Amino acid sequence: MFKTLPGSARRGITFSVDGRELPAREGDTVAAALLNAGVLPFRHTPVSGAPRAPLCLMGVCFDCLVEVDGRHNVQACMEQVRPGMQVRLGAGARRVEAA
Amino acid sequence: MALPSYDLAVIGAGPAGIAAALTAAELGLRTLLLDEQAGPGGQIYRNITGAAPAVADLLGPDYRHGAGLAKRLAAAPLDTRFGALVWDVDADLTLTGTQAGTVFQARAAQLIAATGAIERASPVPGWTLPGVMNAGAAQIALKASGSVPSGRVVLAGGGPLLLLVATQLLDAGVELAGLVETAPAANRWAALPHLPAALGAAGYLLKGWNMVRRLRAARIPWHRAAADLRIEGSRRATALCFSERGCGRRLEADLFLLHHGVVPNTQLTRMLRVEHDWDPAQLAWRPRLDQWGQTSRAGIRVAGDGARIAGALSAEAGGALAALGAAHAVGRIGDAELARRARPLRAALAAHWRIRPFLDALYRPPAWLLDPPDETIVCRCEEVSAGRIREMARLGCQGPNQTKFFSRSGMGPCQGRMCGLAVTQILAAALDQPPQQVGAYRIRPPLKPVPLAVLAASSPPAAAPESEPEETT
Repeated sequence: MFKTLPGSARRGITFSVDGRELPAREGDTVAAALLNAGVLPFRHTPVSGAPRAPLCLMGVCFDCLVEVDGRHNVQACMEQVRPGMQVRLGAGARRVEAA
Repeated sequence: MALPSYDLAVIGAGPAGIAAALTAAELGLRTLLLDEQAGPGGQIYRNITGAAPAVADLLGPDYRHGAGLAKRLAAAPLDTRFGALVWDVDADLTLTGTQAGTVFQARAAQLIAATGAIERASPVPGWTLPGVMNAGAAQIALKASGSVPSGRVVLAGGGPLLLLVATQLLDAGVELAGLVETAPAANRWAALPHLPAALGAAGYLLKGWNMVRRLRAARIPWHRAAADLRIEGSRRATALCFSERGCGRRLEADLFLLHHGVVPNTQLTRMLRVEHDWDPAQLAWRPRLDQWGQTSRAGIRVAGDGARIAGALSAEAGGALAALGAAHAVGRIGDAELARRARPLRAALAAHWRIRPFLDALYRPPAWLLDPPDETIVCRCEEVSAGRIREMARLGCQGPNQTKFFSRSGMGPCQGRMCGLAVTQILAAALDQPPQQVGAYRIRPPLKPVPLAVLAASSPPAAAPESEPEETT
């Protein structure tokens, strides 16, 4: 849905999304990196499972929540992507497995 | 262990916060400037220290102005904490926040909240679909990551930022499939009486005129006085439908950018429990302030767009004035020096305010936007519709907080940031009461969700002074 403007001098790096390796640029927010890679949607809502993607890109809408290196509900627009970062996309409401 | 102690803490490193911190540091106040972002600039000058020259050129001289502020900040004798989220402020102005995964605290005699503005929500049916963003979000993608939309874009709404983003995307080579302005024709008549004053702000008017001229020359399909917008799509947004002069229209695109102006971000000021008033000209809440930015709570000031929407240059002057007020309050400067230093800042504020009444009238959001169809999702987090909010009013809810209890609107992770204004306005219409009377969500700490693991890992705070018991309602 987005693309980096040509001529960017920022170093290319890779990070993984649900186990898939994707390219990014140093200094991108995780949200920008996901949008540039065409990852859509970012998550599904806990209430109805509706697909969501970023609205505001400034930390207000909370629709860009992803899991980063094991930390849940991270605002992707407020986090910078790092080489080897492990991102997992949400799958609706959390489930508790029976023991 | 004693907490770090300052004369002044400034939350928010946009133009207002930077100007406040620079002014305070110059007067010798021990100053702490904090921001959630990794560097200074707020949203208007976002990533000013890291943006590529080509991107900065595209954004223009208004954006590059921020570089001067950032440079002066780097050289100033003050403390900064970036990547720092302040999520609680005690009665004695002790700040608690998270930075790099750990909790920190600091004490300040004076506090300036400079957290700026947010875009007004544009709740239309289908606005929750992937592929719908705020116009400002596209600008942030450009500033923060040098990224632009890769497909066709439709922009819809009203306000200077809508036109600015359209021209910036145009310059970046993005395909604009349409510009859909929603300002009703009547707005022009309402704005006319303010035109003489606006003519005194020729610089701003000329900027606007140039944007319009360039967009016209690009022959982008341009629609005016559009109403009843709705977004179509199942897994992502594919089309924008609206009515124009009684005819139904449909524009297909890959990305839809909505914008209906910006409003003060009152999340922090609400958490601080300062008094707010409804601004009928800007259709938003703003904190009640004196001419030094002082709120209804001693020691707490607000500056910048968080006080009222007046733009980046106004924010600099307002931030400096608030810092002067703080310096005077802690006894660093006397009455005469205060008045002397304030004079040019007041003149700057007046100059930058001249265009505002005209813009506020010209781009006043249409009535249909503020009273959306029943099926429109208003609380995005909890997926509460406008119809459900109206049902709450019929059941006897007198305001947003009761509505929250019964419908869960405002209870999601965004803590009412996205739905607050819309819920107040829908309830005002349903209860036939002015927004001032209807009120707003009560905001409680933490200001943003904080992981339990972070709290658990933090060392116990220093013994707190005696404080008032928390209110229990």
